[in-house]
Amino acid sequence: MAQVSSTADEQAPNLLSTSKSVLLKISRFNPESDDSSKFMEFSIPYQKWTTVLEAILDVKKHFDHSVAVRYSCRQATCGSCGMLINGKPRLACFTKISELDSDVVTVEPMNNFPVIRDLAVRFEKLFDKHQKIKPYVIRDDTELESDQREFLQSPEEVEQYIQFANCIKCGLCNSACPTMATDSSFVGPQALAQAYRYVADSRDKGNDDRLNIIDESHGIWRCHFAGSCSQVCPKGVDPAMGIQFLRGYLLGFRN
Amino acid sequence: MTKDENNGGIKRMVNPNRFGIERIAYLLMRLTGLGLLGYFIAHVYETSNILRGRMGWDDFLAMTQTTEGHIFLVLVIGMCVFHTGNGIRIMLGHGGVGVGKPARPDYPYDPASQNYRHKIGIYSSIVLAAAAMMYGMAVMFGE
Ligand code: HEM
Ligand code: SF4
Ligand code: FES
Repeated sequence: MAQVSSTADEQAPNLLSTSKSVLLKISRFNPESDDSSKFMEFSIPYQKWTTVLEAILDVKKHFDHSVAVRYSCRQATCGSCGMLINGKPRLACFTKISELDSDVVTVEPMNNFPVIRDLAVRFEKLFDKHQKIKPYVIRDDTELESDQREFLQSPEEVEQYIQFANCIKCGLCNSACPTMATDSSFVGPQALAQAYRYVADSRDKGNDDRLNIIDESHGIWRCHFAGSCSQVCPKGVDPAMGIQFLRGYLLGFRN
Repeated sequence: MTKDENNGGIKRMVNPNRFGIERIAYLLMRLTGLGLLGYFIAHVYETSNILRGRMGWDDFLAMTQTTEGHIFLVLVIGMCVFHTGNGIRIMLGHGGVGVGKPARPDYPYDPASQNYRHKIGIYSSIVLAAAAMMYGMAVMFGE
């Protein structure tokens, strides 16, 4: 694959008052035709507020529109644009170039996810694992049968799980996890944090079911509390906290 | 690494960069655990030399009186102390102790589970291990 290097200044008249530029290295790989990944380099002008996603879209617009990248909301809500930015899993739309404090920005597909092409990875496994832990309120009665119109919760009860309900399924945590790096069957921090989200929900009666699912050889016990999941989570979910609470619960230390 | 899976593999697992002191502690815990396991097996083998009688025992023990033997034992002391100290921290953490409590997250989303209590636990395990190694060196090399 050819190495492309050019200045966007001449070709991107929409970015006028540019004072700085950054070398953006994009990992290119098509599993159907390439043996290994290669980097393409672009010099991109940026402002204080320019995000890595905007820089990639700039490349698509002005240099090479074949760069594969997944995005949608551009505001850290859809969870589509996770990638390795200078080696660390981050959301491209939530990472400003200026905050990286580097003249070179390298973007690669997230590890622990199969690559579709370039920066886009497959999420099937993450969704399967998420689904496996039954991410919904389980109880025998339903709202329609109950004489109450809704299942009441006190504000304190909501506080127990609301943090974990912030998960946008971006997969950054699974990409950062050292266990996931060597064990692709591990259920992973994303799903475990969601297991805790429902276990901690006072409306839910499905604990036995859910705990059985994660209490297996590739389940919760593979977590070594390295904490990397929590350090990369862009929504403050803190999966490591949820996982330790779950394990404390399974070990009988917590109610 | 197969590109199909794109798993980070052992290379990514043992790379302690970018994820703070907690990830370094994770790596040290694994290395010291394996080191101690190796030492434990070697220790069983070593002590079985007693079956060769007093001469055999003394011969083998003489190995620990060399400079290399001293350095090896200093390393074992360090591994033991760090692994025990950090092990107690991890066991508490695994039980859900000292990992913070759920709260509505706010930007910049500093995770409550990666808090100063656990950081102090890690740093003090490292400092204790270093102190024990220095004491060991003073005893062994100071004769
Ligand atoms: C009081 C002493 C000890 C304590 C408190 C302790 C504690 C622990 C804990 C909590 C773990 C799990 C770490 C994790 O989840 O990542 C662990 C792992 C391990 N320990 Fe120990 N341990 C002690 C002594 C030993 C000894 C004497 C040996 C060797 C014979 C040993 C060998 C290992 C090994 C091989 C691992 C697995 C490492 C890994 O896979 O990450 N430990 N220890
Ligand atoms: S827990 Fe955080 S990092 Fe993991 S998938 Fe959810 S939002 Fe992303
Ligand atoms: S584009 Fe939606 S999270 Fe980044």
